[in-house]
Amino acid sequence: MSLAKKYPKEVKQILSKYPPEGKRSAVMPLLFLAQREDGYINKAAMQDIAKMLEITETDVAAVVGFYTLYHEKKEGKYRMQVCTDLPCALRGAEKFMDALCSNLGIKVGETTPDGIVTLEAVMCLAACDKAPMFQTQGPDGIKYHENMTVDRTMELMRTLKNAVGEAQ
Amino acid sequence: MSHILLRHRDIADLDKLSVYKKNGGLAAFKNAVTKMKPTAVTDVVKNSGLRGRGGAGFPTGMKWSFIDNKNWPHYVVANADESEPGTFKDREIMEGNPFQFLEGLALACYAVGANVGYVYLRGEFWELGAALDEQIAELEEAGYLGDKLFGTDYSLRIYTHLGAGAYICGEETALLESLEGKRGQPRNRPPFPPAVGLYGKPTIINNVETFTNVPMILANGAEWYKTMGTADSPGVKIFSLSGRVRKPGNYELPLGTTFRDLIYKHGGGVQDSRKVKAIMPAGASSSLILVDDDKVLDTPMDYATVRTLKADLGSASIIVIDDTVSMGWLINKTVHFFNHESCGKCTPCREGTYWMTHLTERIQGGHGAKADVDLLLNVAKQMQGKCLCALGEFSTMAVVSGIERFRQDFDQAVKA
Repeated sequence: MSLAKKYPKEVKQILSKYPPEGKRSAVMPLLFLAQREDGYINKAAMQDIAKMLEITETDVAAVVGFYTLYHEKKEGKYRMQVCTDLPCALRGAEKFMDALCSNLGIKVGETTPDGIVTLEAVMCLAACDKAPMFQTQGPDGIKYHENMTVDRTMELMRTLKNAVGEAQ
Repeated sequence: MSHILLRHRDIADLDKLSVYKKNGGLAAFKNAVTKMKPTAVTDVVKNSGLRGRGGAGFPTGMKWSFIDNKNWPHYVVANADESEPGTFKDREIMEGNPFQFLEGLALACYAVGANVGYVYLRGEFWELGAALDEQIAELEEAGYLGDKLFGTDYSLRIYTHLGAGAYICGEETALLESLEGKRGQPRNRPPFPPAVGLYGKPTIINNVETFTNVPMILANGAEWYKTMGTADSPGVKIFSLSGRVRKPGNYELPLGTTFRDLIYKHGGGVQDSRKVKAIMPAGASSSLILVDDDKVLDTPMDYATVRTLKADLGSASIIVIDDTVSMGWLINKTVHFFNHESCGKCTPCREGTYWMTHLTERIQGGHGAKADVDLLLNVAKQMQGKCLCALGEFSTMAVVSGIERFRQDFDQAVKA
């Protein structure tokens, strides 16, 4: 189903932000919308957006490929994106990441066997004073989790698992 | 001293419109629209000496006066892409004191005759974007945004726009490309955005912190603002303090405060009472300041004086590095960051950051030779002055200053 049919209110609201000559600006918010349900963007969605904005499919694919928050592959329901950049690393983010891997039984880039979480290492998230920290990217958008411990993360894992269970 | 920008630390619930208004909020905007000429607003900002707080330190009022009045419509864009490792001040402003930021943006729009303003937020600030959307709707409801404001002919709309994870979009022309729905790759300059910006129209782009100063300057006057800070760098600045300090966080202080005061008086000193080995005053883009002499810590942090230490104050993201940290490890981190974030448009940056990661990885992994350190320094120096935007240049800062000022760390790494 096309985005305009599936989310008529959201699409209208997005398009209203930009002048007619700047219609193409809507590509990024529309891609977030297309990604909402399954956590990735497929070819049909890109074609749909290209048609809506009167640009080529390549124009849309170029945007998808450039930005790290757009995904083209199905992974875990949530992406747990741990900042391991310099300021966080100076405050123990690398040790935290190692401990997280052994507790979850997966490596960076892998997904838990239940399909709930994919663990990723990412660049600075502007929370350097609250390391270790990560964000979760999922169906309900992006959320920050700061001053984290492994225990609190495992607790969050259970919450996410329950939320996914209830939704299904 | 009470805060000027982080006022939410002194006033509870300042993120509520009623509380913001009760504390004088939006009076400056209403006064400007109903009683001042747009150019008079720009003049006040110019006279205050306010400099851009995003990193470059360019005089704000002067930038506004560059807007091309022969080409319409005009746009104003708030750069809320805060992505420099070590910087987390704009986030706190928008979370705690959002209306002051929005009022500053609105004042800038009025000053340059823009009827539309955009807030470009990094995509990770998803929740902040949703909150701002609600606050913008409240301002519309209350008659501070919308058509024919306060019975005048001036209309203004503000919209948020989320990026999607690209450091380069903090560079203003890459931000414009991204806002136009393209890959975030910098444009050739000139022309500069006040002549040719968003959709090819004259555009003013400022950092969130810069805008947040403006309502206070309009309310209290340029002379008041100049009583703080130094003659060259008036006003207050939010210093984001991170790294090996006991109390990392944002500290709003007058420009010219010393590193020592920030780190020891406000930041509680270094973890485990270690010694400060180096300071990066502008995040990962920074040259490493060598702290071999205790006197270095007494340097005032303002744009001009930090330059005497062969570094830039930039966005004032102070990363403190203690004597347990090896510079080989550190530059491996920063180089990986820039390699990941290079947009790929210009060859020196795309290839240079790629080859630098190979060398830092080899040196850090204990497989390097002395010749690798020399080659790394050579690659970094070859990149300098040849990249399309500042990102490429930034990627070389920690490498060159790290090797030149902390050579012993590298000699040890390749010996072992």
